[in-house]
Amino acid sequence: MRNFCSERVRSIPPSGIRKFFDIAQEMDDVISLGVGEPDFDTPWNIREAAIRSIEQGQTAYTSNTGLLELRQEIQRYLEESFGVSYDYRSEMIVTSGASEALDIVIRGVVDPGDDVLVADPSYIAYCSNVMLAGGRPVQVPCLEKDKFRLTPEAIQEKITPKTKVLLCNFPNNPSGAVMSKDDYKAIADVVVDNDLLLVSDEIYTELTYDGQKTAAASVDELWERTITINGFSKAFSMTGWRLGYLCAPREIAAEILKIHQYVMLSAPTGAQYAGIEALKNGMDACKEMVQEFRVRRNLFVNGLNRAGLKTHMPSGAFYAFPNVSEFGLSDEVFAERLLKEHHVAVVPGSVFGDAGKDHLRCSYATSRDDLMKAVERIEEFIADISKN
Amino acid sequence: MDDKDRLILTLLEEDCKVPVESLADMVDLTKEELLSRIEVLEKDRIIQKYTACVDWEKAGEGVVAAIVELKVSPERDFGYDKIAERLARHRQVKSLRLISGAYDLELLVVGKNIHEITRFVAEQVAPLEHVRETGTILIMKTYKDNGIEYFERKSGERLPYSL
Repeated sequence: MRNFCSERVRSIPPSGIRKFFDIAQEMDDVISLGVGEPDFDTPWNIREAAIRSIEQGQTAYTSNTGLLELRQEIQRYLEESFGVSYDYRSEMIVTSGASEALDIVIRGVVDPGDDVLVADPSYIAYCSNVMLAGGRPVQVPCLEKDKFRLTPEAIQEKITPKTKVLLCNFPNNPSGAVMSKDDYKAIADVVVDNDLLLVSDEIYTELTYDGQKTAAASVDELWERTITINGFSKAFSMTGWRLGYLCAPREIAAEILKIHQYVMLSAPTGAQYAGIEALKNGMDACKEMVQEFRVRRNLFVNGLNRAGLKTHMPSGAFYAFPNVSEFGLSDEVFAERLLKEHHVAVVPGSVFGDAGKDHLRCSYATSRDDLMKAVERIEEFIADISKN
Repeated sequence: MDDKDRLILTLLEEDCKVPVESLADMVDLTKEELLSRIEVLEKDRIIQKYTACVDWEKAGEGVVAAIVELKVSPERDFGYDKIAERLARHRQVKSLRLISGAYDLELLVVGKNIHEITRFVAEQVAPLEHVRETGTILIMKTYKDNGIEYFERKSGERLPYSL
């Protein structure tokens, strides 16, 4: 029998964390710092809005682009929060999570043979998304000495005549790095001069702890060549609802809409009603969660440094990204032994790209008690490996 | 009072037994800086007391509580303050507030049983000169107090890893 799976899909490497997942499944006292989602329940008023919508029988498809009221709220939110202006009628598509937005954006703009620059380290779906669209991902290293931010020099170095898109995600998963408006301004010239499209995944933008939360499209020169991806998962602790959106200049949005309407029709209706409530009345709950994340970040990162794991203070998202190069173990071996010997689950940084090498992604989206226990166990582990 | 002080208060209100080293980490201060701030907050009586939230129903101690509302004639020069101070001295009165609406003062009163509470209201509160009317509302069950939910709730499950 032939292998029926496409070469494209076969070219995608298997997930780098499968092995860790299997080991952790066998243990019962694992402290997991491996999780990429908030640990709070969705705020109750948001849940109730969805329940009410279901009770009232609002269970049909919505418009392809999403509920009108939701798009209006998104427009207001983006304007008030970031000073970015997108027209809810023609420049916005509500999607099943930011993940769908990412997929349809990439498929909407990438042709076979196109190079897509991907800020490295980055969310692991990016390279696969690009490959599934027939493009070639090219990693642009964001280095620790630059606080893991994108620099114009690093971008310039990777540009070829085939380069079409720059894909990035700040606040960053896994490094926690944040780009300020000035940082985006600094890369604007290289993006414009090389006629690139910037795809900016800003799903963690509410989780900005130091300085101003920012949208790339707030830089005037970038707006017309930027697609903004955002969603509700991280800001309102709504990962399971699958609700996100993309904003793009009208001509681009119209093309991408074709993919969305054929693969998804519309985002889940109950989730869209919840989204309206989130943007209208959920910002206080969001602020409380952000404050809790900031407290945990301080607790955890200060603890790690004291335990002997060199960790920069990340400015956003909910990940600490310690450097383990001094211990003479690869990040993968470090993570595996830490899990097997001391039952703390973290993700090796190399999973997120070459620039993530020698680092660990430690999510602090877990209780303070667990974070303190994890620090103790990590300290014990460091003592173990330092002895040998 | 700055943002750091407010954060310290929020965190202590949530858990006053948090180890001081951890609290210092959380608010990104040295232990010494933190302790001197707490000292000021204590001295200014912004922090009134460190206490435990007890679910007495669960402890099976048979404590009964009631909200007692009072209509009070305010006194010239003192308003409600004098009568409030008198009422507050009773050990049975756990909290006392001036409120808007039909009544003027609201007390949270505890006792071993209903009789003890009604006797307290009838003998100690109602006869006071300026008290015109009382209304006693028995608390039958506490679901949430001080921001803490008193019932067990199963939290949603998460995978050990997700990207």
